[in-house]
Order: sequence, then structure tokens, then C-alpha cells
Amino acid sequence: MPKFLEMTGISKQFGGVRALSDVDLDIAAGEVHCLAGENGSGKSTLIKIISGVQPPEPGGRIMIDGHEVSGLTPAESIRRGIQVIYQDLSLFPNLTVAENIAVERHHGLHAVNWSAIRDTAQAAMQRVGVSIDPQSFVADLSIAQRQLVAICRAIANDARLVIMDEPTASLTRHEVDALLALTLELKRRGVAVVFVSHRLDEVLEIAERVTVLRNGEKKGTFEARDMTDRRLVELMTGKSFNYELSETDLSAAPVVLAVRNLSRAGDYDDISFEVKAGEILGITGRLGSGRTELALSLFGMSPPDHGEIRIKDRPLQLSSNREAIANGIAYVSEDRLSLGLIMEQPISSNIALPVLERLRGPFGLVQAGRWRETVRRWIADLGIKVSDPENPVRTLSGGNQQRVVLAKWLATEPSLLILDSPTVGVDIGAKDGIYQIVRDLAASGLAVIMISDEIPEVLYHADRILIMQEGRIAGEYLPHQVTEAALRQAVDA
Amino acid sequence: MRNALRRFGRTHEARLLLVTVALMIFLSFATKNFFTIQNALDLLTSYAFPGMMAAGLVVVLVAGGLDISFTAVASIAQYLAVLAANHYGIGWLGLFGIALAVGTALGLLNALLVTGLRIASIIVTIAMLNVYYGLLMFVTGGDTINSLPDWFANGLSWVVAFDSHQNPYILNMQMIGLVLAFIMTWLLLNRTSVGRQLRALGGNPEAAKRVGFNVLRLNMVAYGYMGFMAGLASLVQAQVAQTVMPNALVGRELDVLAAVVLGGASLFGGVGTVLGTILGLALLAILQNGLILLGVASFWTECFTGIVFLVAVSTIAWERRRQRLAIRRVIGTAA
Ligand SMILES: Nc1ncnc2c1ncn2[C@@H]1O[C@H](COP(=O)(O)OP(=O)(O)OP(=O)(O)O)[C@@H](O)[C@H]1O
Ligand SMILES: [Mg+2]
Repeated sequence: MPKFLEMTGISKQFGGVRALSDVDLDIAAGEVHCLAGENGSGKSTLIKIISGVQPPEPGGRIMIDGHEVSGLTPAESIRRGIQVIYQDLSLFPNLTVAENIAVERHHGLHAVNWSAIRDTAQAAMQRVGVSIDPQSFVADLSIAQRQLVAICRAIANDARLVIMDEPTASLTRHEVDALLALTLELKRRGVAVVFVSHRLDEVLEIAERVTVLRNGEKKGTFEARDMTDRRLVELMTGKSFNYELSETDLSAAPVVLAVRNLSRAGDYDDISFEVKAGEILGITGRLGSGRTELALSLFGMSPPDHGEIRIKDRPLQLSSNREAIANGIAYVSEDRLSLGLIMEQPISSNIALPVLERLRGPFGLVQAGRWRETVRRWIADLGIKVSDPENPVRTLSGGNQQRVVLAKWLATEPSLLILDSPTVGVDIGAKDGIYQIVRDLAASGLAVIMISDEIPEVLYHADRILIMQEGRIAGEYLPHQVTEAALRQAVDA
Repeated sequence: MRNALRRFGRTHEARLLLVTVALMIFLSFATKNFFTIQNALDLLTSYAFPGMMAAGLVVVLVAGGLDISFTAVASIAQYLAVLAANHYGIGWLGLFGIALAVGTALGLLNALLVTGLRIASIIVTIAMLNVYYGLLMFVTGGDTINSLPDWFANGLSWVVAFDSHQNPYILNMQMIGLVLAFIMTWLLLNRTSVGRQLRALGGNPEAAKRVGFNVLRLNMVAYGYMGFMAGLASLVQAQVAQTVMPNALVGRELDVLAAVVLGGASLFGGVGTVLGTILGLALLAILQNGLILLGVASFWTECFTGIVFLVAVSTIAWERRRQRLAIRRVIGTAA
């Protein structure tokens, strides 16, 4: 097959961080290619270079269709048929769906041709097989819909190579399947697709070749056919992982959270359970089963209609999340980008601001030493890969941003930690890091509720598992008394 | 059609319209002179200057920037243009040519600084306000130009009708300028690709760069247009005032900003419409006018303006928060 894109000797340095060193990559026309690597291994950086957003260091060469291009700009890259769907989707929330899809028609200096914009958008949506009101604003769409808009935009530009940076991180299984089908459809039309994902099963499902990066270096390009999960993980991390079922004796531990007959109309109904100090309670269930709503209620964000919440045997009426925090409850939400982080602010402030009160010394002034110490400690404890804690959070890779969110909450020293899909968008090595952290936290007496879509996650890392269905608790399991298949069946029942 | 109406009903503009109309009805009954054509014409004339400035400023806000320096830009433009008109026999064309060129040039300088320095535009333009104003005061020594060329002092106006007491209804260059300014802004924002690029830039600057929009060029359009409007408005104002004082305009920035923000434009960029700006301006004008007609002491007017501004900004902020929460709920159920 002819090569659409060939890159050789690509390097990139940001301040003190070597994001890429001497990486080669080639993509054939109509190929589905996967980029794999841990958080911060340089995947997004490589993509930014392909799309002309970042220039490579001198010595790097980029050939498109066999012709060398130098000084690639975003406009030039798009003109050559390269379309990127970024981790943050890069849509314009204040423009309509049609304008976002046909944004190329806004280039230049001319009168706006609204009917051409509508036609372009309609045609692209038809080809992709989606229907979204072209006149609605992107700000009003769900994440999955926004993703479709981003894909339609790529298609509308006659893309020959579509690059998707972690497209599935915030999608449900069903939506992921639709996306994978769409990818194959693109391939059938001769469009090459580069896919970045941390869900290895889906990578191996559709990719023909896999390129593995580790710490900015290329570990090789492999046929997906010959690849296994295990080998891929080893290539990415240099380590191998074996999870064991957990069995902790909690009989003597005090109850931290007790929920009795909690109900909220339309969301969940008659929920009762307990979490002990040191226990990790896994909650799983399908989309809309009420798990996130339950978590929000426990965190004071949407009050229940009936029932009782007790923390350490004190009844609690939460009317705001501030109260929840004051009562030792921390909630790490599933969408890390819109909740929780101030992207333009330094990493250090993001971690330390929520606990400013505790860093005060005499005269109520914040003590710089304690501030630095807090920041240093959490960066070290969570293994956040930073060159300088004073850099804005924006400069961190996606997975490292996730850890900053976690650090921020842990700094509040909670007694109950609620994690909603804590490892979405996190690579396998970092996942392990997060599991390890959660276990250590539990071992130190923290009660943890871990909500997850991924059955193995709760099976291997929780002490007890609740399954929610249509707002009710449909079953309770102990990890060593149940199999993954049985759990999956219970969830889907 | 019905759909479009329903959509409009949910917008900030619809609510603003409601408040404005309610206020108008109240003032029509509460005062003798509010609901007269003459009062409306007077309002149009005296609010032409802030209105035209608002038409420029909304473009900057939509593009995600902020310009505070426009009153100083207008002061320089009007001073230079009128000075030239007094000394050389330039006509209307020359006069406007100079004011527009000076205004646009200073606007472009703002754009270069904002883009090049990568410092928040509010800080850059506050600094530039002081630089421009200081230079003007230094060079002119604060001297007022009292004599305008006759043709300019007489202005352009047409009597279009008479009321029952034979008082003329006059259409003047202030009204034409105001209407022209809003039409131009509307065309720019809604009918040109550059206008849409500006809105895109304000909505998501990172994405705008990624799709290859030229940020420097867009900022030059936005701040240059603001400067252009400042030049245009400066002459309209000089004609009403019949003098040119170097310190007459500086200090009126916040009135203009208030009208634009009242109209729904966001200080975070990407949001703002011409209709909203017109309504924001109208509400401010009617409110200030109404208080005067009601016989309220003038310092209360400012206090009141401040309160209305605060209420407007907080309702907008509250709306946004509700929307964000709604979106979050959607995201919550999707993942
Ligand atoms: N603008 C920047 N300034 C400073 N450092 C940066 C910048 N962009 C990226 N980096 C650093 O470069 C490294 C590679 O980041 P990159 O975003 O490419 O990782 P990634 O493989 O996409 O990770 P993830 O899976 O977490 O998204 C990281 O250490 C990151 O902190
Ligand atoms: Mg990335």
C-alpha cells in the first residue's frame, strides 16, 4: 500500500521535558493505526506535530504523499487532508453545529454563505449517518454528540487521514461500538485513521498496526494481529501486571458511611448500604442506572427526597458540596476536564487552593513552606509527571491532569472518598498507580466508593461490589465468590 | 417560524426586551414627556456616541478581547481631525478620513500589543488608555478647541416633519451614524467569514488556532474596527458638543462597557449580539432619561446605573451557571 504519511527523526522538547526523541512513524493510505503509550509518553505531542500545531525540532522530516513538507502549518496540514479530533475535541461551543462542521468555509475574506454551510454539514452528517439539529449550539450537546460533530467536521474536509486522540474516553460502551463501526467505514472509503486509546481491547479490535511510545521514544511498530494485551502493556510500561482479588478483613472496622432507604424520584430508589473504614466499595451498573446521581447526592449536589445518610454515625443533611467537603467527603468526578481543574492556573494552586485554610499560620497568612510541602508531597505520592509545579495544568498530559484532580481532593484529607470512573483516559501503568494509591488510602483507614463502568476494575480492586439497575441495588457480591462473566451478566440482566 | 420565536423567547435578548418595554410603559404613565417623539429623537442624538462605541466594543468582546482605551483613541482622533479642518481647507471627506485613519491606526496598535505581548487585553488597553490620553494632554496642553469650521458646526440635519406646535422633528448625522454603526457591526458579525472567525476565536481560542485561523489578523480586525468606530463616533460627538475638549471623553468607558455587557456580551468572549447591544444601550438610556424626567437628583442616576449593571451581570452569570449545570447533567448521564 502507498504511504500517505512518513515521518522520520521527530523530536520535541518542552522546557525540561523531552516529549519526543527521534521518533519515526509511517501511515499507509486507508490504514487503521494505533498509537499506544502511557500518560505523558508523547502521543498527543506527536499528533500536534503531524497537524502543524507544534513544529518538530530541526532534523525531523515529514513527507506527505511522498513529498517532503517543511514548515507545516495547521492550515497546510488540513489542506493536505489531515484532520485531528483532539482530546478536548476543539469545537466552538458558541457556534452552531453546522458552522462547526463546515468551519473551513469560514476561512478567508468573504461573505458567509449560510446555505452552503448547511449543505456541507448535512452532507457530512449523512455520510457519517448521524442526525443532530444543525442549528443547535455545540454548547448544548452531550459529549458523545460533540464527538460526532468533530468527526463530521473531519469528513466535511475530505480528510485522507483522521487522527483521533482518545476518542472513547468519555463514551459509553454502546457509543464506543458505534465509533468503531464508523472507523471501519472510514477505512472502507480509503481514509486512514490513527487512533489513540487506553482501552487496549478496542485498540486490538480494529487496528492493523500499533506503534508503541514510551517516555517519548518509539518502542516499535507491530502488527496488531500478533499482539496481545499483555505484551502491549509490557512494551508500554516495561513492567507486567498481575492483579489479584482482594480480601481484607474488615469485621472490626467502624462504619464510616451508612445509607438507609435513600430515594430520589427518577434517579434512584430505596438504596441502603454501608461502607467501613478501610473498605473499597465498588459500584457498577449500566448507563442511567443511577450510580452517578447517587454519588452526587452523597456529595450534597442533589438532595435525596427520602432516606438517611449517616457519616460516622452522625445523621447528615447535605445541602451543598461545601458541607459535604466540611464533613470529610471528597468526590472525584468522571469528567475531569470540565469539573475540578482550572486549566490556566499552576499545578501547585490547583492542588493547594482547596486546602488553603489549613496552610495558614500566624496572622492568618498562608505559609509558603507549608504550601510547597503540600504540593511536593502530593506530586510525589501520586507520581505526577511535572517539570515545574508552577506550570499551568494545561501543559500536563491528560492522564497527569487526572492525578492532579485526585491530589486536590486527597489534600482535603477526607474520610470518605467517592471516585467516579477514576481511570477513564488513564493508561494501564497509571491505572495501576491509581489502584495502588486507592488501596494505600483504604489501608490507612479511608472509606472508598469506586464507581466504574469496567467490571474488572471493581472485581479486582474493590472489597465488595454493588450492582445498580434502574435506580435500585440489584445485587451485592464479594470478589472471591463471583466471576467476571457472572458479574457482567448481572449488570446486563 | 414558530420554532424561531420559541428559540428567541429563551434568549437573553428576549428578557432584555421585556424589561425595556416594561420600563417604557411605566415611564410613559409616570412622566409627561417620556413618551414623545421629541424625547426619543433627543435620546438617539445624545446616545449616538456611546452607542457607536458599543457597536465597536461588542466586536472586541465577541472575539474574546476587551478594549478600554477607545475613549482616548476617540479623543485623539477628533482632536487631530478638527485641528486639521481648522488649518487646512479639508472638507467632510478629509475630516472623516483623518478621524477614521487615526482611530483605526491606534486600534491596530492595540491589536499588535495584545497579540504580541500575550498579556490580558484588559491590562494592555488600560495601559494604552493612559499612554494615549497622557500624550494627548501633553501635546495639547489640555487646550480646548472652541471654534469649529462653520460647515461642521452646522452639521448635517434634515427637518422631516413638524409636531402640532410647529416644532421640527430633525434627522441628524448622529442618528445616521448610530444606525450605520449597528448595521455595519451586524453585517461584520453575521454576514462575513471574518465575523464568524472572530466569534470562533472568542469561543475557543485554542481550537481557532488549530483550524488555522490567523489570530493576529483577527485581533487586528477586532481592535481596528473598534478604533474605526471610535474615530467615527468622535466626530459625531464633537458635532453635538460643538467643541473639542481633550478630556471630554475619557471616563465614559464604563458606560459603554455597561451597555454591552447588559446586552449579554460575555467578558469571557464568544458571546454577544448586535440586537442585545442595542437593547442594552436602550435600557441604559431609558433608565437614565427616566430618572431625570422623574426629577431624581443626578447623582442617583449613576448609582442606579451601577445597580442595574450589577443585577444584569449577576443574572447573566446565574443563567450561565444553570446552563453549565444542565450540560453537566447531560454529561453525567452519558458516561
Ligand atoms: N505545552 C507544553 N508545555 C510543557 N510541557 C508539555 C507541553 N505539552 C506537553 N508537555 C509534556 O510533554 C510530555 C508528553 O505529553 P503528551 O501530551 O504528548 O502525552 P500523551 O502521550 O498524550 O499522554 P496522555 O495519555 O496522558 O494524554 C508530558 O510530560 C507533558 O507534560
Ligand atoms: Mg494525550
